[in-house]
Amino acid sequence: MHLHIIDYAIIAIYFVFVLGIGFALRGRMKTSDDFFLSGRSIPGWITGLAFMSANLGALEVMGHAANAAKYGMFVNHFYWLAAMPAMCFVGVFMMPFYYGSKVRSVPEYLRKRYDEKTRTLNALSFAVMTLLVSGIDLYAMAILFQRLLHWPFGASVVASAVVVAIYIYLGGLTSSIYNEVLQFFLIVFGFLPLAILGLKAVGGFAGLEAKLPNPGYAHTWANIWHASQNPMGINWFGTIFGLGFVLSFGYWCTDFLVVQRGLAARDMPSAQRTPLIAAVPKMFFPLMVVLPGLVAISLDPHLTQYLNGRYDNALPAMLGKFYPSGLLGIGLTALLASFMSGMAGNVTAFNTVWTFDIYQTHVNPGQPDSHYLKMGRGATVFAVAVGIATAFIVLHFNNLMDYLQLLFAFFNAPLFGTFLLGMFWKRTSAHSGFWGLLSGILAAATHYTLYRFHAISYPSDMAANFYQAIWAFSVCVAVTLAVTLFTEPRKEEELVGLVYSLTPKPRNQDLPWYERPGILAIGILALCAVLNIIFW
Amino acid sequence: MGLDIRLPIGIIFTLYGALLIIYGAVADPAIFVSSLGVNIDVWWGSAMLVFGLFMAFLALRASRREAP
Repeated sequence: MHLHIIDYAIIAIYFVFVLGIGFALRGRMKTSDDFFLSGRSIPGWITGLAFMSANLGALEVMGHAANAAKYGMFVNHFYWLAAMPAMCFVGVFMMPFYYGSKVRSVPEYLRKRYDEKTRTLNALSFAVMTLLVSGIDLYAMAILFQRLLHWPFGASVVASAVVVAIYIYLGGLTSSIYNEVLQFFLIVFGFLPLAILGLKAVGGFAGLEAKLPNPGYAHTWANIWHASQNPMGINWFGTIFGLGFVLSFGYWCTDFLVVQRGLAARDMPSAQRTPLIAAVPKMFFPLMVVLPGLVAISLDPHLTQYLNGRYDNALPAMLGKFYPSGLLGIGLTALLASFMSGMAGNVTAFNTVWTFDIYQTHVNPGQPDSHYLKMGRGATVFAVAVGIATAFIVLHFNNLMDYLQLLFAFFNAPLFGTFLLGMFWKRTSAHSGFWGLLSGILAAATHYTLYRFHAISYPSDMAANFYQAIWAFSVCVAVTLAVTLFTEPRKEEELVGLVYSLTPKPRNQDLPWYERPGILAIGILALCAVLNIIFW
Repeated sequence: MGLDIRLPIGIIFTLYGALLIIYGAVADPAIFVSSLGVNIDVWWGSAMLVFGLFMAFLALRASRREAP
């Protein structure tokens, strides 16, 4: 791949804008609420696109293109089976509690619903997970720049990290959200031509289907019934329950990285619409990541010509193959944007949880607000520095998607059990949350140990992750139920606004139909069902 | 409130669109062999330019409504 001055200019312009947005917002960060929650003032379409974009990190883009090259259209399940129902669920059913209870973070909700120890456990595990994940984006960015621009790995890690640190330091969550919206449009404009040119090169969908190394690659559902028939080695139960229910709901409904975008919305309907607005572009994202992955494998079935022996190269290799100078600069900027939005999402979520749920609660309570604003800025620098360190840890893993789903299966999967019981069953007692969550995490750790030492085996690492999530979730639910039966329930009046049956439903009757969350969700699911059938 | 994000988006896309169109118009046509003979820089640059102008228009309309 050869870059011309125009490509460098396009990348440089992007950096100027990203930093410019940070500087433009610098003066507006007066209180900790401005910094961590954008003063709860942002319109729904912006938080919605940011919600989508915070999730569009390196793994989402490069990882799913790689998975598509490796597993075929089976990867569509990550979108249409996993993300869509979960995003609709969090918007319609869960956002009223997150937004309505005025919490500043997901762990803070757990303190209100359960108790302090549940919150602390979740805050600590989330902080660790976020830092481990944030290194992935830096790593991917550095690898790309090392390969394409011949920058040294260390220098490109530090350069990218410094830019993210500066714009969050200056403008907090607002800066992160605004940049995510810019990044969203860049990603769409940067990758869409790849889908068009790729399809043209292989002769449309019919040509693509004929050229795929395995006819099963052209189907989402057709090979799901038996594990031996699909390349990922997972049967319908593992896919639907493990990925479609536990992992996806655990991620979209409880991961503060995405939920935080909804909390920044200016009112309840905007908060509820946040994940629903995000769901619409998310639904069509396979066009931009799965399709190039399929084109890559059909042009290079033995991974010798463009892919250089690694599925992870699918997306950058296709950019290099199809994009001339000029558009190449846009494509690389889009990749860069996706890494930065993923990284920034992790950093803003980390600094909020660190400052409110760990520092203000346990280390140094009772300080004036300006102190916590300063701490949030300090935490930003700290998170980025640790991110640089984890980028070097990630360097030793060879499959990034497996690494990420493994972390989710450890921490998000049991957490969803805690949330489900806490939000929808008022009897769930204060103590049960902590013990359920702890035993869920321990169950995941046990499962992981047994798998690593070959006491149990699965056809692929991804299958192991799905089943690990199922175990973690089930143990969490079982233990929470058991502890609840032996402990006192909480008083009902303490749970108003926190539990479904005790909370007045948000009134949406006076909204026009196209702004009502329920109607939007039904429309999204119907459209998603149509896509599933077309690409069955 | 504060900064209207549509304005920077409008500006950067207008700028990118214009750059791509100019570059695509003057570049050696041989570079478009990789994009299957299509002068994708001009085509896609135009799409980005239109989008950028549209975003800038929305932002300016909103600010004019607020200001007077």
